[in-house]
Amino acid sequence: MTLTEKILAAHTDKETVSPGEFVNVRVDLVLANDVTAPIAIREFQKIGLKRVFDPKKIVMVPDHFTPCKDIASAEQVKLMREFAREQGIIYFEVGRVGIEHVLLPEQGLVLPGDVVIGADSHTCTYGALGAFATGVGSTDVAAAMATGDIWMKVPPAIKLVYHGSLGEWVMGKDLILHTIGDIGVDGALYSAMEFCGEAIDALSIEGRFTMANMAIEAGAKAGIFRVDNRTQLYIKPRAKRPYRVYEPDNGAGYAKVIEYDVATIEPQVSLPHSPANVKPVSQVGNIEIDQVVIGSCTNGRIEDLQVAAQLLKGRKIHDRVRCIIIPGSQEVYLDALTRGLFEVFVKAGAAVSVPTCGPCLGGHMGVLAAGERCVSTTNRNFVGRMGHPESEVYLASPAVAAASAILGKVAHPDEVTG
Amino acid sequence: MHRGKVHKYGADVNTDVIIPARYLNVSQPEELARHCMEDLDKDFVKKVEPGDIIVATTNFGCGSSREHAPLAIKAAGVFCVIAETFARIFFRNAINIGLPLLECAEAVANTESGDELEIDLAGGKIKNLTRNLEFTAQPYPPFMSELIASGGLIGYTRKRLESRRV
Repeated sequence: MTLTEKILAAHTDKETVSPGEFVNVRVDLVLANDVTAPIAIREFQKIGLKRVFDPKKIVMVPDHFTPCKDIASAEQVKLMREFAREQGIIYFEVGRVGIEHVLLPEQGLVLPGDVVIGADSHTCTYGALGAFATGVGSTDVAAAMATGDIWMKVPPAIKLVYHGSLGEWVMGKDLILHTIGDIGVDGALYSAMEFCGEAIDALSIEGRFTMANMAIEAGAKAGIFRVDNRTQLYIKPRAKRPYRVYEPDNGAGYAKVIEYDVATIEPQVSLPHSPANVKPVSQVGNIEIDQVVIGSCTNGRIEDLQVAAQLLKGRKIHDRVRCIIIPGSQEVYLDALTRGLFEVFVKAGAAVSVPTCGPCLGGHMGVLAAGERCVSTTNRNFVGRMGHPESEVYLASPAVAAASAILGKVAHPDEVTG
Repeated sequence: MHRGKVHKYGADVNTDVIIPARYLNVSQPEELARHCMEDLDKDFVKKVEPGDIIVATTNFGCGSSREHAPLAIKAAGVFCVIAETFARIFFRNAINIGLPLLECAEAVANTESGDELEIDLAGGKIKNLTRNLEFTAQPYPPFMSELIASGGLIGYTRKRLESRRV
């Protein structure tokens, strides 16, 4: 069995599972946020149960429009907060909260071998820790809150092997953008992407979170990594319960195997309006920009901010550009503060925000006007994603985003340092 | 048997254009329906009539997990969506909330906006009355038929919990 099949089988009453099979899978954690929880709560109440199956396996995270941007979103959060309190569900308040997919791993709520479902498409992020994690809808969350399990069709797996070592300024973001550019936004539809190879072994945990996070942008059900020493170092101080590490069988059956030589990959950019519209940054041409966003569930971790600070240190944000930097959680915020990164950012002329999904989905904290262009370390650049339907989003790594903020155009970090 | 007029779109119709996030500070289906497809086709809500059908090519509903997308489509009066392929979370969400989906590449290839279709959901039959053509959609697996017959996931879950109590 593949890694995916191993984990799924362990959460059913069966010895083995195979692709295409419908199974009821027991879940270790159920997640919803301020956009998706209100519908989940409404649907849960229709089931007619008084209590959720296990409040300590349910997390509600107010991160999308918080600190609340308007009355309507404040009402949504209030509904979620009251339900969480009444049920004893794990809930993080503003000041303790972070972007869900940065926060939950930090808190030790997601561990290797877990099955996690979340009413947020980027729930697949937790695959970085060797968990099977997938995005579902609000009604799925409602049903799982009642029963503790969920219906799933076992996905076929695609094995992605990354050979070689990364060049300077090349990050996990570039690997996943390159992959999505290669296979397309439905290149892994309904499948699990299993990432491996020596470039992956050498990749930081942050880089793995970034890659797993964007598996959904290729249509995948999950993106998953094997657990290694780096994973253990991340998990051990955080885990509050036992966990199990699964390994794929040697003869596991993959629907497809795709191999890349990462030494040939330079920093990548997804041009509007599709994450698959990818070019190496050197081939993008002269694209002047108005805004840069560094943050999100994709790239809001400490390594991301350190890379940005490395380029911004002693330099200035371009006159035309608004650069908004958003640590993904309070832990990242404090870490960045202690390391002196905020001083670098503020002296460079960047704005630093509290943790929020905010601008990534055109919510608040940096919404775009008609005709404006933004280089963003987020995950989607669909029409209207960050604001006006006539605005444009260019997806890139924190290195490319910081270089672009300095030069006022889509830029390679070498153009700043060289 | 159901009859409805077609609104046809292309590939990768994503949930951000089906219902932009700027409207996600509410979750009432009728509120969401007022902005359905706004960033792809701003006249959609003026054109759509109860019982109409959306037809699209590949990967319909890609992107976010927002159930607001199928809720907006359903509350706008759309009877069903026919596509070559659907993105997986959208597929789950639609089935879970009782918005019928049909996968049929031939029907998509031979249908244009404004055509009138006749749909037999149980048999998966799609008739293009404008062009006098008939197609058969991919049949649902038995598990999913049971889910649909229960009126969606909430009805199905209620039944499961009742059978556990027995």
